[in-house]
Amino acid sequence: MCLGLPGEIIEKDEFSAVVDIGGTKREVSLMMLPEEVRIGDYVMVHVGFAISKMDPEEARKTLETIMEIADEIDY
Amino acid sequence: MKLITDFRNSEISRRLIKKIEEESSSESGYTIMEVCGTHTVSIFKYGIRSVLPENVSLISGPGCPVCVTSQGEIDAIFQIVKNNNVSLLTFGDLMKVPGSSGENLINLRSEGKDIRVMLSPLDAVKTAAREPDREFVFVGIGFETTAPAIASAVLEAKNMGLNNFSILPYCKTMPEVLGYLLDDPKLDINGFLCPGHVSVVTGKNIYQPLAQKGKAAVITGFEPLDILSSILQIIRQVNSGDYCVYNNYSRVVSDNGNRKAVQIMDTVFEPCSAVWRGLGELEDSGLGLKEEFSLFNSLEKFNVRVPQVSEKKGCRCGDVLKGHIKPNLCPLFSLQCNPENPVGPCMVSSEGACSAYYKFN
Repeated sequence: MCLGLPGEIIEKDEFSAVVDIGGTKREVSLMMLPEEVRIGDYVMVHVGFAISKMDPEEARKTLETIMEIADEIDY
Repeated sequence: MKLITDFRNSEISRRLIKKIEEESSSESGYTIMEVCGTHTVSIFKYGIRSVLPENVSLISGPGCPVCVTSQGEIDAIFQIVKNNNVSLLTFGDLMKVPGSSGENLINLRSEGKDIRVMLSPLDAVKTAAREPDREFVFVGIGFETTAPAIASAVLEAKNMGLNNFSILPYCKTMPEVLGYLLDDPKLDINGFLCPGHVSVVTGKNIYQPLAQKGKAAVITGFEPLDILSSILQIIRQVNSGDYCVYNNYSRVVSDNGNRKAVQIMDTVFEPCSAVWRGLGELEDSGLGLKEEFSLFNSLEKFNVRVPQVSEKKGCRCGDVLKGHIKPNLCPLFSLQCNPENPVGPCMVSSEGACSAYYKFN
């Protein structure tokens, strides 16, 4: 029920966008997004609404942290 | 898509598992609750339980909205559909949940009732606008992730002047149930994998009481690296005794949450008492419609009271939701209760712990 699906914005107007979710295109409302989004941005979609803009920079930071932890392994 | 696939790297997963083995040194072990049903499914899907050391155990919590909807609330849906000429609009997860009589919405539909599955509350409003001569009831089930979307639908219906659309206000909120779990003397949890998409809306502050009471709290995504690194983070907090709320899903969740979504939710809903299946009544854990939106409350519109109903004999969904037992300890599990013939909602919902245990074990 709290499932969110990441989708890429491929078309947009002021209040809605068409997102590509794994090859499926779906219109979503942008009314809940606190920030501006552009074509090419990724958003998390839940029950027809974009609820969050996904942040590639934060993804990179999280992965870096995980890699640092993983690299601490002594073989 | 790199935002997802990079978090499925098997080599890094293997290294994290090794790290978890190295650092899970406490003799008393580590009990971690995954609160969210979507986490439960991911944990099974990626086989995470099977790769953890014996002293690190994961238990499922009350984080499936369909599962925690009380039997009375389910029965009220049946009352409205049976006694009124209405079309019911619902998310698909509810279709197989049995009422006290044993029948479900699929049975009602086969008897000729108009019951339609919706992917979005806005689709429900559009449906009502397209068919002004029919009366529509939307089942508003969800946590903070879904509540703003349902609130948006109510606002949209009001703006459009629709008088043939109403909702069953069944949304519930996380902080109160987390408080309940903290106070449960039967539960000895060291840390929580906090729900990723609830946190998108709420932000991280709702979990501060967990850290203040000496529990690790890590907001977690749904990929293997997300979950494994969060488990390691919990183990480290337990080992150090230094507890905090850690946002391990910052590519999607901002620390302050989505204030716009919260504002929409607060415009339409106000806290009210709610009955959770297996847990009973928790004050301020529900979201009731504010007075100015009472015309959109199906319960008032059709003069229905949610009945107090005892749960099905033998069904241990309540204990599963509280983390007291694993699903396979329920006497009905897989025998009388399975996905083809579900007795309790934890077997019905795709995110229910019983359904996940059955499917993946």
